[in-house]
Amino acid sequence: MVQKLVTHSETASQTAGPYVHIGLMPTHAGNSSTFETELGVSPILGGAKGSPIEISGQVLDATGNPMLDAVIESWQADAQGLFPGQQGADRNVKGFCRFAIDPQTERFTLKTIKPGPVALPEGGEQSPHIALWIVARGINIGLSTRVYFEDADVDQDPVLRRVQPRERLQTLKAKPLGGGAYNFDVRLQGPNETVFLDM
Amino acid sequence: MSGGRLIPRDRDAHPVAHDLNYKTSVTRSPSMPLLSLESTPTEESGPRFGHSDLGPLDHDLIRNWTGGKENAVGERILVHGRVLDEQGRGLPGSLVEVWQANAGGRYRHKMDGYLAPLDPHFGGAGRCLTDESGQYAFMTIKPGAYPWPNRGNDWRPAHIHFSLFGASFGQRLITQMYFEGDPLIDRCPIAHTIKDRSQIDRLVAPLDMSRSRPLDHLAYRFDIVLRGRRQSYFENRPEGL
Repeated sequence: MVQKLVTHSETASQTAGPYVHIGLMPTHAGNSSTFETELGVSPILGGAKGSPIEISGQVLDATGNPMLDAVIESWQADAQGLFPGQQGADRNVKGFCRFAIDPQTERFTLKTIKPGPVALPEGGEQSPHIALWIVARGINIGLSTRVYFEDADVDQDPVLRRVQPRERLQTLKAKPLGGGAYNFDVRLQGPNETVFLDM
Repeated sequence: MSGGRLIPRDRDAHPVAHDLNYKTSVTRSPSMPLLSLESTPTEESGPRFGHSDLGPLDHDLIRNWTGGKENAVGERILVHGRVLDEQGRGLPGSLVEVWQANAGGRYRHKMDGYLAPLDPHFGGAGRCLTDESGQYAFMTIKPGAYPWPNRGNDWRPAHIHFSLFGASFGQRLITQMYFEGDPLIDRCPIAHTIKDRSQIDRLVAPLDMSRSRPLDHLAYRFDIVLRGRRQSYFENRPEGL
């Protein structure tokens, strides 16, 4: 016999289901009067430093159909690579945003500023990136991925260096369309499946 | 940001991504392995919310849809519990969001066409912040079971959806709370995407008469554990010492 190891393992995830919007984005579900202030409407306030960018794309299932019910959350650093709450971070960068799929265009859009490279405590840095967390009906545990930028230097990024096979790297790079616009599609399964992270 | 790396997720404690009995998951589950790495400052930091973000009735689903003027139809319940991490420490000031069907099993969502009627006095969403010890509480009505298109005749057990933030983006979790004694839990393909029976049981909230109020409401207790942070006694002082 040994001492009983007292641990509290993490509570199990369950799907967010088809009606997730009423809880997280009530205006999107037609319930704009639910809360006075909806959370995560924009990751930046007026005056945020850095280059304005607009990332848009589709979330596609294994059959290539765009998923219209997904909710995406993003989390990012400011233009200097500091996260909200860190000393010296830009107070006009909240870092967090929630967005859904526009039923007409079948796309999501994230308007923000381009984050800076993030210094790592052990030395080195992560290339500019935005973390995404995707939930929807049929997704049993939220899917994590990152948006990197095709027009930035990403060769030294410690996460991207671990991606195998190397062809899959392109699934994590937003493609510049000019004028600060980028395209980033998320493919849940099948050819060109997005690299999802467990970090 | 305080503390060390996030404790790696035990994926066996979670649902499988791909489950033939939950048909929508088949085309919405990655087929390639996840890339497992230690957490970085990106996952170890996260959004924080304050009381100024919330309204005074946000935690009261019985009354918040009507601004406190009317009461929703249904069995009145208090749902309360604690948000902890894997070290058993309460997570203070963390956001808890909930959403649910009404007493007839109908969601106030434009995509829900179930024949049970909407309750004009019930919206079905709420939120609150945990207190300094990680406690939260909502007033609501017990949601109804409802049928859904999956296998021939599948019904969801009564459940409340929970969204948890903890203190870092890597702790983010969405789950569902079920109710003690509901025979539909054992028949539910969504609950059974979790293959560890004890992990399903931990989603079932017991009746808690100690928090029930006579002639007013029953109570259910639902504790939630989020990922913890690893501590190294050799690198830095543990928190709280």
